[in-house]
Amino acid sequence: MRQFKRVAAAALFGSLGVAMAGLPAIVPAARAQAPAPAASGLLAQGEYVARASDCVACHTAPGGTPFAGGLPFALPMGTIYAPNITPDAQTGIGKYTEAEFARAVREGVRRDGASLYPAMPFPSYARMTDADIHALYVYFMQGVKPVANTVKASTIPWPLSMRWPLIGWRMMFAPSVKDAQAKSARSFADPVLARGAYLVEGPGHCGACHSPRAITMQEVALTSADGTRFLAGGGSVDGWIPTSLRGENRTGLGRWSEDDIVEFLKAGRIRRGSAFGGMSDAVGHGTQHLTDEDLHAIARYLKALPPDDTTQTPWTYDATLATALHAGDVSARGARTYVDSCAACHRTDGQGYPTVFPPLGGNPVVMDKTPDSLIHIVLTGDILRATHDAPSAFVMPGFAGRLSDEKVADVVSFIRKAWGNNAAPVTAQDVARVRKSLPKEEGEAPLPLN
Amino acid sequence: MASIKMKSVDAVVIGGGWAGSILAKELTEAGQSVVMLERGPDRSTASEGAYPGSIDELEGNFRHKIFQNLSKTSVTIRNTPDQTALPYRQMAAFLPGEGVGGAGLHWSGVHFRMPPDDLIMRTKVKEKYGEKFIPEGMNLQDYGVTYDDLEPFFDKAEKVFGTSGEAYTVNGQVVGKGNFFAPSRSDNFPLPALKDVYGANMFRKAAEEVGFHPYAMPAANASAQYTNPYGVQMGPCNFCGYCSGYACYMYSKASPNVNILPALRNDPKFELRAEAHVLRVELDSTKTKATGVTYLDRKGNEVFQPADLVIVSAFQFHNVHLMLLSGIGKPYDPVANEGVVGRNFVYQNVTTTTAWFDKSVYTNQFIGTGGGGVAFDDFNSENFDHGPLGFIGGSPVWVNQAGIKGIAAAKIGGPPGTPHWGSAWKKAMVDTYQHSVRMDAHGTNMAYRDVYLDLDPTWKDAYGMPMLRMTFDWKDNDIRMNRYVVSQIAKVTKAMGARDVHLGQRQPGEHFDTRFYQTTHLAGGAVMGDDPKTSALNRYLQSWDVSNVFVIGANAFPQGTGYNPTGMVAALAYWSAHHIRTTYLKNPGPLVQL
Repeated sequence: MRQFKRVAAAALFGSLGVAMAGLPAIVPAARAQAPAPAASGLLAQGEYVARASDCVACHTAPGGTPFAGGLPFALPMGTIYAPNITPDAQTGIGKYTEAEFARAVREGVRRDGASLYPAMPFPSYARMTDADIHALYVYFMQGVKPVANTVKASTIPWPLSMRWPLIGWRMMFAPSVKDAQAKSARSFADPVLARGAYLVEGPGHCGACHSPRAITMQEVALTSADGTRFLAGGGSVDGWIPTSLRGENRTGLGRWSEDDIVEFLKAGRIRRGSAFGGMSDAVGHGTQHLTDEDLHAIARYLKALPPDDTTQTPWTYDATLATALHAGDVSARGARTYVDSCAACHRTDGQGYPTVFPPLGGNPVVMDKTPDSLIHIVLTGDILRATHDAPSAFVMPGFAGRLSDEKVADVVSFIRKAWGNNAAPVTAQDVARVRKSLPKEEGEAPLPLN
Repeated sequence: MASIKMKSVDAVVIGGGWAGSILAKELTEAGQSVVMLERGPDRSTASEGAYPGSIDELEGNFRHKIFQNLSKTSVTIRNTPDQTALPYRQMAAFLPGEGVGGAGLHWSGVHFRMPPDDLIMRTKVKEKYGEKFIPEGMNLQDYGVTYDDLEPFFDKAEKVFGTSGEAYTVNGQVVGKGNFFAPSRSDNFPLPALKDVYGANMFRKAAEEVGFHPYAMPAANASAQYTNPYGVQMGPCNFCGYCSGYACYMYSKASPNVNILPALRNDPKFELRAEAHVLRVELDSTKTKATGVTYLDRKGNEVFQPADLVIVSAFQFHNVHLMLLSGIGKPYDPVANEGVVGRNFVYQNVTTTTAWFDKSVYTNQFIGTGGGGVAFDDFNSENFDHGPLGFIGGSPVWVNQAGIKGIAAAKIGGPPGTPHWGSAWKKAMVDTYQHSVRMDAHGTNMAYRDVYLDLDPTWKDAYGMPMLRMTFDWKDNDIRMNRYVVSQIAKVTKAMGARDVHLGQRQPGEHFDTRFYQTTHLAGGAVMGDDPKTSALNRYLQSWDVSNVFVIGANAFPQGTGYNPTGMVAALAYWSAHHIRTTYLKNPGPLVQL
């Protein structure tokens, strides 16, 4: 999810494009008082809320101490760095009172009164309960070791570095805590659905990636009550396209069962597909640590979201191209490349070897209207990360150095067409665009050890 | 170079291969804190097995990327005790591994259970043929364990390795077309057998036709995707043939790296230290208790790691070397015929037969699986009457097409007598590579009084330690066994319709020649048994002399076997671990009282 926020922040600045003078409002804050030592139950609850909120993803530098900040967000006009949220008094959040902490998390206002960049998903966190915020605060103050780490200053030059225009953004697009909580408390027939709504819309901030955004970068819908655009698939996140989490048959979760979703969020791999791109981090840091009850709540809630795109015909397996490949006929566009470079793991019948190598036939990512994720993974490869329940990681090699734009376009078009997928073909220009837009990796991600 | 003393741990495990990984897993499950020391680098599929760079025959099998660095340590070799041994400086006859995964990363994947009669070989031969049948100078021994003792551990190892195969009998009931001679199993293989490649299928039909009993070789190359009891996963084998000498990019060849370590690395009780070269096991003043091990870390610091329990689980001859360097057990003296460490050093007796077919028959030798194929056991173990034949031992025979790649194929060239270069060589390659089938007699090598391991009096390794010396030669009993079994192969190649055949047979009086690859199946040298006069380890692989040292590996085999050793090593590791967990840890001390 960190990738998303880099992009979102970049786009935000691009669209606001402000260059005005002014002073940020300084709000005096009472000095934080050391809270009494918390019961271990409260600490555990706070840690759990931190997992559900995936704080660690953004507030940890690659290879750094968890929560000590420093993850860079490269923007066109400079780089910002995620702050240190360990309870160190000088460099972290040690001086925050619980009220100041709550305001930062839910309203996007720093202790000194300055606005946070909306890379922080406070429009979602706004609906977090006081009890969860309390537990989270106690966890950060007492369960996390203070780390003295002065995060690098933003390299954005003045006047773009001024934060006060963000106040306007907050006022226009971020809900107040009262409104957000009221909305989250809307009535659900099933308490499990209510819990699911809270987790998905609140701490889980799924919409940050999976909901579309307006030109001014706010999510067009923050809850399922705001219409079917909520979680209908998001914009590019480092070249990955978050899929719809709604009921679309082909590109959403229409064919996934509640148990499929639960297992996916736990192990990152099910018979229907494997987590990759930004979702690897979301599963690794976050969802795999949630209880089965909460995962079922999330899954049941997602399964209750009707499709946004109501035009999709149900996907059914079509063996035509698989039969041709099996007979040695590689005349279809991209078929030869597919057999040479993909079929060992994904099979000529497109069914893969789940849950080790995912299927491509019927895979929502493959059929997405925007082919970027598929092009991206063919170019760079990716890693299915180990989880607690599934300790094996699997690496897909990248083909950027071996296949031309034309060949990638051919094979991606083949994959999008075969096995009943019938999604639109892609062009070499599409591939060139994605190839060009791939972010430069900052530090190699550690390779799996299996 | 500093001298460092580490915090004491419950157990230190020497070697990051199969045996070490199994023991480390079992001991951490029992709540022990474990440090595993591996002298080579850490290795993984993501680095060594990264496709497509990893499928490089030159780098893998000719420059030996994941094998032992012979510029640092090696062995010296001679044929007979009256010769001066010389160092083994280039990889050829055998290929020991190095790095996390050990030989378990570069192996092929042939995964057998030991034949029951092989475990009680001395008893069986005496009973069937009389004691006089045993030739002068042959040290024939029993293991001190039976197949029934080991069966649960064979079963466990197969489930951890994701072994593909077809059973013959499960709990005494015939269940399939597996090996007619194999002992009954408590459960089927975890995965179905790999498919026959074409040449193996021809061999299967022909062997059946002449009255032998062909079966699918059990292979730790997964025939389908698989999740083992530790929750770790394997991909399915795609028959690419890059098994032996490579990390499998499909995650389908079992290795400690893929099958065990993912479940260990995150365990806070476990620590793996790579590039830690163990120099010796330290003993207290009584020489009956180990206090820990001394090793060199990657910076060259000498480090002492204290531990209550020491597991010596490096490769076969490194285990023997470490025992000799550490003073654990009495070194073997072939003249006085006393001592046990270095005694009963054995190898494997393998020869390859080639059959050539008409050009209309395509055998596609470039594909294959390291462990799969078709075998028959009619001349292995005690499956046939040795009485009239006058030798001890036997060989399974198989087509184990592991994928003959370009360079290897070019080196093999055409039939014997073909030039190794020029147009005649080219023509022979074109005529034969696609149209031949190779089959092995994969036989036993017995233990002999004048075949042994000891410390070399002349040569030292890069760390200043005396090198291990091998004194090894082929013996008449084993040459005659090989020639007999290979003569039986001729019946099969005839039934296959071969247009020409080269029977690979040992020649009478043939000497061991280190220049040509044979196999890395070295065994013995610190063997298990019931008698401390003829074994270095008791039946639980515990040193008779230093009871908090267990030595796990093929070093424990009293004599050679017709099968590949890994299945037996893994079962012995689980067997030993089981008794450490259930008995030793509760009351440390000798598990066998004399």
